[in-house]
Amino acid sequence: MAKEYETVIGLEVHVELATKTKIFCGCSTAFGGRPNSHTCPVCTGMPGSLPVLNKKVLEHAVAVGLATNCEITRYCKFDRKNYFYPDNPQNYQISQLYLPICRNGYVEIETKEGSKKVGIHEIHMEEDAGKLIHDEWEDCTLVDYNRSGVPLIEIVSEPDMRSAEEVIAYLEKLRLIIQYLGASDCKLQEGSMRADVNLSVRPVGEKEFGTRTEMKNLNSFRSIAAAIEGEKNRQIDLLESGEAVIQETRRWDDAKETSYAMRSKEDAQDYRYFPDPDLVPVSISEEFLEEIKSRQPEFRTEKMKRYKEEFDIPDYDIDIITGTKHMADIFEETVALGAQPKKVSNWLMGETLRILKEKELDPEDVRFSPEHLAKLIALTESKAINSTVAKEVFEVMFEEDVDPEKYVEEKGLKTVSDEGALRKTVEEVIAANPQSVEDYRGGKEKAIGFLVGQTMKAMKGKADPASVNQILKELL
Amino acid sequence: MDRTEILHLSAVELGRAIRAGKTTAVEAMEAVLAQIEKTDELYNCYVTVARDKALAKAKEVQLKIDTGELTGPLAGVPVAIKDNMCTEGLLTTCSSKILENFVPTFSAEAVLRLEKAGAVVIGKTNMDEFAMGSTTETSAYGVTKNPRNPEHVPGGSSGGSAAAVAAEECYFALGSDTGGSIRQPASYCGVVGMKPTYGTVSRYGLIAYGSSLDQIGPLTKTVEDCAVVLEAISSHDKKDSTSVERKDTDFSSALVKDVKGMRIGIPRDYFGEGLDSEVRDKVLAAAELLRSNGAVVEEFDLSLVEYAIPTYYTIAAAEASSNLERFDGIKYGYRAKDAEGLHQMYKKTRSRGFGPEVKRRIMLGSFVLSSGYYDAYYLKALRVKAMIKKAFDDAFAKYDCILGPVAPTTAPELGKSLADPIKMYLGDIYTISVNLAGLPGISVPCGTDSKGLPIGLQLIGDCFREKKLIQTAYTYEQCAKEGK
Repeated sequence: MAKEYETVIGLEVHVELATKTKIFCGCSTAFGGRPNSHTCPVCTGMPGSLPVLNKKVLEHAVAVGLATNCEITRYCKFDRKNYFYPDNPQNYQISQLYLPICRNGYVEIETKEGSKKVGIHEIHMEEDAGKLIHDEWEDCTLVDYNRSGVPLIEIVSEPDMRSAEEVIAYLEKLRLIIQYLGASDCKLQEGSMRADVNLSVRPVGEKEFGTRTEMKNLNSFRSIAAAIEGEKNRQIDLLESGEAVIQETRRWDDAKETSYAMRSKEDAQDYRYFPDPDLVPVSISEEFLEEIKSRQPEFRTEKMKRYKEEFDIPDYDIDIITGTKHMADIFEETVALGAQPKKVSNWLMGETLRILKEKELDPEDVRFSPEHLAKLIALTESKAINSTVAKEVFEVMFEEDVDPEKYVEEKGLKTVSDEGALRKTVEEVIAANPQSVEDYRGGKEKAIGFLVGQTMKAMKGKADPASVNQILKELL
Repeated sequence: MDRTEILHLSAVELGRAIRAGKTTAVEAMEAVLAQIEKTDELYNCYVTVARDKALAKAKEVQLKIDTGELTGPLAGVPVAIKDNMCTEGLLTTCSSKILENFVPTFSAEAVLRLEKAGAVVIGKTNMDEFAMGSTTETSAYGVTKNPRNPEHVPGGSSGGSAAAVAAEECYFALGSDTGGSIRQPASYCGVVGMKPTYGTVSRYGLIAYGSSLDQIGPLTKTVEDCAVVLEAISSHDKKDSTSVERKDTDFSSALVKDVKGMRIGIPRDYFGEGLDSEVRDKVLAAAELLRSNGAVVEEFDLSLVEYAIPTYYTIAAAEASSNLERFDGIKYGYRAKDAEGLHQMYKKTRSRGFGPEVKRRIMLGSFVLSSGYYDAYYLKALRVKAMIKKAFDDAFAKYDCILGPVAPTTAPELGKSLADPIKMYLGDIYTISVNLAGLPGISVPCGTDSKGLPIGLQLIGDCFREKKLIQTAYTYEQCAKEGK
């Protein structure tokens, strides 16, 4: 019988910070500019240029550190990591090794066995590199430095996770915290959040860690889960067949769902880290720390608790709505505009999620404004439009964020409130459908539904079904 | 005024003559260019002379002087810039083959400050490659010769700047000083050179050698010029995080001939073995002159002097090894054309692009930063650096300035230094601790040896106490001129 193994996982998570300008110069961090259009002497490593720290980067890093229960290093420094590669214009990356900004934190995750703390070893600030573009046609390689100097934080966890589920829960938790802080949008697919997985296995009960490998190029939760499963099995197979796991960096191939070795520990470069003499050490004052603390938002756990107390909506709705800061913001702002919480929640949980799913979008992609959602709810509440029309209007609002009041007015979608006109139509429907009238009078309650439908059709949908029902009953 | 008369003026005197209408910025530039034409083939002070640009700029500046837009002391004065400071649109080589074709897109902050003051850039001066050397013999563009005696070196690394001032091929020059690179060539060429407190002049646009030690400063004909130029180039620059915000940069206010009560300490450690007796005598005579004019002069023990050289070469080389990584053939500068693949391109480009002294320091620096040696060398050097600073702090609790020689000898003969780098490094003994401690230091001519080669007197001040140095140096200069 084979031994039972335990998987030990630690993560290195890179998060691109949502600053307008780069970490050491004033260039834009905007995505998708013409190659080398967001560059200057500093981020292209021109001789004589010097870096100056963007204070916003520090603010974000400290905010993430505080939210993940870290100690904030009050005197931190930047170090140079020296290695030659053309995407790295100075041939050293400015990072932090000796005195990173945050240390010794943790986040709590929910697991099958209950809640669990995942330790955070450190968080450090660093600059991103440029991008190499291989031109197969011309057989040359070009470099685009637009990403060079975009600020990153690297969050290094302790080896505290034991399964892919825990890893996903940890990443979800980090993502939520960072999104709530507005420090990053944390999109794995777009690379604003990147995770490297350090994994080893050991027989259950063994105290010592096994030899670990580092897995790179994981750009979705699905590939992270697949890579963990694959690597765990690969290592167990090696050990079971009496072979040793080699400490190495492996690259995940998403298409082939397999990994291959990039470099072993023996080839590991000596980065010759040393404090960057161009940047003065950063001293974090009490005032700065207090300022960041006072700006910390309400995080999800607190928000869920508050929703439960303040709003009469189901726990399931609360869970979904607070699942992204963006949804929670829309919810709260719409409610603040006077809409009934339950109605807002219904629109978010119902139509919004349906369209998101249909269009394969994320909750962050919702673009309609709370003002417009509030107006739409008001229109339905006052019975100015019926629910069918409301759904139609919502679809347009979701796409183009139109003002529902104006839209309903322009398209003439208002419910006909003229009782006389409605009564006249109902009378016509009764006259045209003697069989249904007969059925209803004969005790077939259901027949009235058909008559309501016919009336609605005749009214082109612009009637309140309840009123139609009432008039029908009166006349029959 | 005739050309010779114009050439002999100091920078401040020239500025005054231009403002008084006795000459013009264009005449001054023409005089300097004619002088370069006449003597630079021999001295090789310049890597690049921007003749046409300089004349056009001089005309432009003269117009602004005429309209009263430019009124400062340096308006219209021609200046030479060491070739490790970026100048927009003007070749900047660091005297290295690897930057043989590098034309910066921006100018160094110090250069911009001078241009704002109306000074006109003549061209770029020769130096030791990447400022690594003490003789200006490691340049890829030929050696510079000492105008006082062309058989001898001008010193380095700002040898081209010092020699250009001495040869009247400019009115003043900018140099950079990482371990003595302004003060030592100033001493060898018989001109004034000053390294200000670290952080006083922006390093933005200075191509880094040892970032934590590098500082730009003036090389001038007189102490007065030195104060005026330093005042013009000092600034708090937000583009340089190591730049210091200070309000006391009105250095010309310290041009006062008075040393009464000035407390001057002479470190015994600077007068021991290795110091040439002629240099010693002239420096001590200078101290005596200051004493006779009212200064309180006494000897003391500074300590730790023997550790300065290994500490300096560890830190400077470590920083240089990283600073020079960007010269890789990818983005600018020389690229080996015959290389297959990236790795070989790096290797061939850097092997051919850098000279032997630069390679030596890159290897030394890479070694002291490498895993397993970092603590033993680099960290230890940082600790010694802090101790050296402490020794100076103790000294400045007692003295306003410290007086000593700039270099152990006068300028060596050409071709005698590079064969024995250790001996060359030892020549930096009196200058490098000033950089390690971030202090200001000035070199003032104090006579010549029996061969007629200039000797420099070094005055070292506490951080931000340039004014005391300027006052003492100015007093010495004036008293020496008057012969009392």
